[in-house]
Amino acid sequence: MMDMTRNDKNPLNGSHAVEVRGLVKHYGETKALDGVDLDVREGTVLGVLGPNGAGKTTLVRILSTLIAPDAGTATVAGFDVVRQPRQLRRTIGLTGQYASVDEKLSGWENLYMIGRLLDLPRKEARSRADELLERFSLTEAAKKAAMHYSGGMRRRLDLAASMIGRPAVLYLDEPTTGLDPRTRNEVWDEVQRMVAEGATVLLTTQYMEEAEQLADQLTVIDRGKVIANGKVDELKARVGGRTLRIRPVSSADVPGMARSLAEAGLDGVAGSQAVPDEGVLLVPILSDEQLTAVVGLLAARGYAIADLGTYLPSLDEVFLSITGQKPSSEDSAQQTEEVAA
Amino acid sequence: MSTVTTSKPSTPATVSAAAAVGPADEGRIGLRGNLRHIGALVRRNTLQIKQDPESMFDVVFMPIIFTLLFVFVFGGAISGKGQQEAYVNYVVPGLMAMMGMNIAMGVGTGVNDDFKKGVMDRFRSMPIARSSVLIAKIVVELGRMMVAIAILLAVGFMLGLSIKTSVLDLFLSIGLSAVFGASLMWIFILLGLTMKTAQAVQGMAMLVLMPLQFGSSIFAPPSTMPGWLQTFTDYNPLSNLADAARGLINGGAVAHPVWVTLAWSVAITLVTMPLAVRKFRQKT
Repeated sequence: MMDMTRNDKNPLNGSHAVEVRGLVKHYGETKALDGVDLDVREGTVLGVLGPNGAGKTTLVRILSTLIAPDAGTATVAGFDVVRQPRQLRRTIGLTGQYASVDEKLSGWENLYMIGRLLDLPRKEARSRADELLERFSLTEAAKKAAMHYSGGMRRRLDLAASMIGRPAVLYLDEPTTGLDPRTRNEVWDEVQRMVAEGATVLLTTQYMEEAEQLADQLTVIDRGKVIANGKVDELKARVGGRTLRIRPVSSADVPGMARSLAEAGLDGVAGSQAVPDEGVLLVPILSDEQLTAVVGLLAARGYAIADLGTYLPSLDEVFLSITGQKPSSEDSAQQTEEVAA
Repeated sequence: MSTVTTSKPSTPATVSAAAAVGPADEGRIGLRGNLRHIGALVRRNTLQIKQDPESMFDVVFMPIIFTLLFVFVFGGAISGKGQQEAYVNYVVPGLMAMMGMNIAMGVGTGVNDDFKKGVMDRFRSMPIARSSVLIAKIVVELGRMMVAIAILLAVGFMLGLSIKTSVLDLFLSIGLSAVFGASLMWIFILLGLTMKTAQAVQGMAMLVLMPLQFGSSIFAPPSTMPGWLQTFTDYNPLSNLADAARGLINGGAVAHPVWVTLAWSVAITLVTMPLAVRKFRQKT
């Protein structure tokens, strides 16, 4: 999907840039993380997909050395989060869910300050600030205080700030949550550019679409546990790319339709699903050919169809098809984090 | 050295393949690096003031209003009608001590506010000493305190303040106020990091400040106070700082109050600074 040019400056040798084993974090009774394992290969993007409160932010905060795990291990660029936090901090860039720039400082001053904090000489800190503002199309707003920036500009400044030290591993914690679609596309473009240049990225998101756009591998977590792991295409195949929703004139036809499709092998990997209350049948669709064949078959069998349409699965349906249960809807873990913060 | 080469760290949470190969943590930051980081953060705090000039209102107007109020409201009562000028020389050194305390109090709410912002997460995920964020804050607040003291002295001179010793003594009194002010800032930073809201910090600070300020020799000589209160003012660091500043500006014995003030400053810093830095590290 994406160009995976190796970054020569990257100190890692094709191994795992991030390795997480059995990571546990409790907040009182709430298990924000309950034994998470995951790997991010160097030069790739791992999408960590999960609903609110799944433990995504807790994971990023542990990997950024902001909080300590209760059990388990995590290494980033070979450095242990608990034993070698100082070295680890030199290798990471963090873009949080909430823009982590100083609102009262201008865009340029924010970047210059971070350059100096990363031990760049004054001259280099200046030129790096100019260079990144240019790259993220913020040159015109360079002297304006960040508090006057739009949501998208802030997020771009935040990305620029994370890039100053040319980090080996970049964390993007829900980088587009709360952005409008146009701004979201801008952020995606920037992330794709960074990846093309060889960055290793751990991306958390609530959106299937975002994971599809940006990630090579996906780890799906819910209630602090990994519930699925794999390449985006594999997971998509398991879930079904699109769903065809068919409502026959007579709802009594639904079971018969499902049987016909199953016999013809047209109901996808997960199988079709009847929703008796609404009198509809949901069929996972992986290709246009399959869609045509399904409609053709039903017509050939003489079923009268009142309504049909396709839609992309929501994250809820992804969870439903992977785990057979609804994702945890309450944000308990997230809220506990905020209280603790 | 050790013959037990196969032993591993006992806590499973800290064992990893990389840690077994690499050193424990070599990323310690040297003094020069620390100073550079503090410098960059001081610049940040200064630019924040530039962006928000209203944040200087307190240091500009507090010394003017307090001096005018105390000299004209209490001056006559304490030094005799028409004797306000004599009171100026009494109260201005005392107010110098009070400025330090009031500005230190603001540091607590400032730190508390700062922590609610995302930028603190960025600082804490960067390879800088976490104490440098706090030290930069103190440096800038000391600068603000100097502005307040300069204005206080200017108003004092207009009302008839006279330096009866030397300029050096005046600077010594300012320096002593700064040392004590900095030690107080650690207390309020600790409060700011511990309490949930800036309002709570403010409330708590007032509770501590009021008795310390008024149960002291800042505004009136303690000789008319009841014995138990005199005992309190004797040990009150603000009294000692006020007495020291007064002695340095007006002449008289200063050794005792200077030493007591310094002892308080060192003691407060030694206790509260490590606690504050630790609290800062543990913040999640």
